[in-house]
Amino acid sequence: MTEAMLEVENLKKYFKVGKQALKAVDEVTFSVKKGETLGLVGESGSGKSTLGRTIVGLNEPTGGKLLFEGKDVRNLNKKERKNYNRIVQMIFQDPHASLNPRMKVGDIIGEGIDAHRLASGKERMDRICTLLERVGLHAEHAKRYPHEFSGGQRQRIGIARALAVEPKFIVADEPISALDVSIQAQVVNLMEDLQRDLGLTFLFIAHDLGMVKHISDRIGVMYLGGFMELADSGDLFSEPLHPYTQALLSAIPVPSTSKGSKRERIILKGDPPSPISPPSGCRFRTRCPHAMDVCASAVPEWKEVRPQHWAACHLY
Amino acid sequence: MGNLLEVEKLKVSFRSHGGEVQAVRGVSFHIEHGEVLAVVGESGCGKSVTAQAIMKLLPKRGCSIKEGSIVFEGNDLLKLSANKMKRLKGSQISMVFQDPMTSLNPTMKIGHQIAEGIIKHKGLDKRKAKGRALELLKMVGIPNPEARYDQYPHELSGGMRQRVLIAVALACDPKLLIADEPTTALDVTIQAQILDLMKDLQQKLGTSIMLITHDLGVVAEMAQKVIVMYAGIVVESGTAEDILEHPKHPYTLGLLNSLPNYETAEKERLIPIEGTPPDLYAPPAGCPFAARCNYAMEICVQEMPESFETENGHHSRCWLNDPRAPKVAEFAAAGRDGT
Repeated sequence: MTEAMLEVENLKKYFKVGKQALKAVDEVTFSVKKGETLGLVGESGSGKSTLGRTIVGLNEPTGGKLLFEGKDVRNLNKKERKNYNRIVQMIFQDPHASLNPRMKVGDIIGEGIDAHRLASGKERMDRICTLLERVGLHAEHAKRYPHEFSGGQRQRIGIARALAVEPKFIVADEPISALDVSIQAQVVNLMEDLQRDLGLTFLFIAHDLGMVKHISDRIGVMYLGGFMELADSGDLFSEPLHPYTQALLSAIPVPSTSKGSKRERIILKGDPPSPISPPSGCRFRTRCPHAMDVCASAVPEWKEVRPQHWAACHLY
Repeated sequence: MGNLLEVEKLKVSFRSHGGEVQAVRGVSFHIEHGEVLAVVGESGCGKSVTAQAIMKLLPKRGCSIKEGSIVFEGNDLLKLSANKMKRLKGSQISMVFQDPMTSLNPTMKIGHQIAEGIIKHKGLDKRKAKGRALELLKMVGIPNPEARYDQYPHELSGGMRQRVLIAVALACDPKLLIADEPTTALDVTIQAQILDLMKDLQQKLGTSIMLITHDLGVVAEMAQKVIVMYAGIVVESGTAEDILEHPKHPYTLGLLNSLPNYETAEKERLIPIEGTPPDLYAPPAGCPFAARCNYAMEICVQEMPESFETENGHHSRCWLNDPRAPKVAEFAAAGRDGT
């Protein structure tokens, strides 16, 4: 088994809303292995973006442990912390909002190189040009502004910016959700190429289950701040254990009219409850078709139901 | 059954600083009574502009309908007086928008927003309109309608708001419902609920639906007929089965191929459509897809292909369907195998 690059133990991130706590991420435990892509799926408000931002360091965790290559990220000294900020990078969802409209593309990509003093002068410019070409753009594009590019091209610029500081671990927060279908495939292929060539590790956050299945080695399913299930992507799709995962998979509309592709659909009732006052016991029980008495009284244990297949559900 | 709506050679342009954007460049289609027609395409292909032209929601300044006709039950909407159009909007044709967060009035109770149209178009008094509004809330699956009637949009979740919007749209039993990406802003489990609801109501009420979407899965779920738009023109049209199972246009095929197949175990590389759509300030003289098309021939760059009928009711605007061209079916089979 390959070593874990990132280990998350009982991680919590609460936000204060008035006098109450919004438990955006609540007691989450998982690890990301070196060189793999871990997909993270869940609906809006499930905490997947907060989790990604907390790992990158944009949020300070409320509790729990975050170990990167065996070291506790919360106890790093200043120099180590700066290095962590370099080797862990993020790609954002909205390519229109995540690039500074007043900066030239070359400077957007070069900002990280400057901050970490990785190169200067001609070497810096060469590096920027190489990066632009690596993500499928041209060296001349360095002199242009973000508004001159399409959504897909901007996302490539965002990827180049993340790569500029030679990261090891990239959190991609819905990197393709804002793009058109035909462009999504271009960006996904680029990310796969980069991973293969540069040995990157990805945490890929998305709500499009089809794409997540395609790009991920393993997938974690989140609901209302907690993990419901975690398994190899093949296993998760062929044998989903958690009722929420089953409903989520059955809800994807399949682009085919042939009878063979029509599956039994599980329609969940109602909306996800508020994360400020989540249900007692299992957080999914209010919408779960299999809810039992025990689900209201006890929080289901996060356990390895089958080898390498984790779930938090009283059915198992 | 006859046609409820007939759109003929519609052309819409916008003036802007850079010149004239030809957003819709000669679009023709029709919707029959009780039919669901899906309009598929990527951002900027002109699908929403077409819908806005039907609803006369296009901005007055800087936008012009250059050519064409939109005939609804025998009347050309483009020639209709503003007053008559007002009477038609909301009662005969209504619309559901993409974003449930911004398309309801935040300062008005949701019950009143539903009753508003009923009072205006059906001439019911307030009390009766309230009764009808409550019925509608129940019909779209909102639990406890009496309590919800007096709530404001911010008190409802996204899925609930979309249900309210559907109730508003259906309040006066319209013959045509235009739904512009009605589930795009929603989560998949909520999307499943709303699609289920729309299908159910469509069958119950017999409303025709023009469903605008970019999601081919939603198309398979909902539509009987499909038109595929690209760069302001209809590139392919036919039944849902024609389009999804036997596409005859390389763009449609490209869209289907760029989706991951999550039902196979092995990991295949995605086949994207390289490049980006053309600039509509100066659209190419030939086929707008030629620059991105793997099967492009010389003629594709020079001349816009006509719409070929490949089989009964299945049209494809592609030179490959010309009797003299190599057969697109052979390409299709090859493309699907990933070779």
